[in-house]
Amino acid sequence: MEFEEDSTASKRMKIAENEDPITNKVQFSALIVDDDPLIRKIHSEVLKSLGFQTQVAKSGKEAVDLYRAGANFDIVFMDMQMPVMNGIEATKELRGMGVSTKIVGVSSECSESEIEAFILAGLDLYYAKPLTDANKIIPLIEDLKNKSVPNEGPKKTM
Amino acid sequence: MDRNHLLRQVAYMKNSLFDQGYLDREQFTQLEELQDDANPNFVEEIVTLYYNDSARLIQNMEQTLVNRPIDFVRLEEILHQFKGSSSSIGAKKVNDACTQLREYCSAENTEGCSRTLQLVKQEHAVLRTRLETYFQMVREAG
Repeated sequence: MEFEEDSTASKRMKIAENEDPITNKVQFSALIVDDDPLIRKIHSEVLKSLGFQTQVAKSGKEAVDLYRAGANFDIVFMDMQMPVMNGIEATKELRGMGVSTKIVGVSSECSESEIEAFILAGLDLYYAKPLTDANKIIPLIEDLKNKSVPNEGPKKTM
Repeated sequence: MDRNHLLRQVAYMKNSLFDQGYLDREQFTQLEELQDDANPNFVEEIVTLYYNDSARLIQNMEQTLVNRPIDFVRLEEILHQFKGSSSSIGAKKVNDACTQLREYCSAENTEGCSRTLQLVKQEHAVLRTRLETYFQMVREAG
């Protein structure tokens, strides 16, 4: 059997090792907001493999309703284009409610102006879809572990 | 046919899909890395979900081109979702066809949209057949 150095699979194993060894519970919770069931399933699986507990919402409104009902998550992955309430509107709504959860915008092939509007709505970070690369998520986990480090402001990552 | 031979066939089929441009190697491999003992059929489940959902999206796109006047904004919205799903499984040729369709959609070119939507459907169907054969071989190889 061959092992690749620093392969994604080995990185996943190292992250999973950061689970609490006593309770075996994952450290962080993630809300995946996307109207596409395929994307919800893929992103859930990616995050679960890295130790997250995941919940999904089919629209921005569902995400906002979850927070209004008292739910809270360590991180939210917010799609931009969704019916009923899109990601930009939902992000504005959540920030207006005083939600300080890290919100990562996730969308596919948006224009620069759309991405800018999304970031201005209150994102911490923006990633292009699909979010299947563990290397993009591992730094987010490190950020969550170092929550006391001051936020440098929203960043766009393609 | 012994298992090693079947496994080699599986690897050959997969590399063909990459080399012939049907699938994006990096994207498909990232999906495979999510497959484990707890989730042994993850990739096939994802592909099945993709085809169930994308068939509906294609029908919806066809309907927009039948309606008069043509709602190009709606067509672009559906295409955006379809392209997002196709990207997530690494459907390269399907995505390339989608890019062409999007250009005609932006230009509100009805004939161009109809023609390239047919191309999208064709690539979508070809990939489906190739993947069905691939997963059948994966199941046989155990």
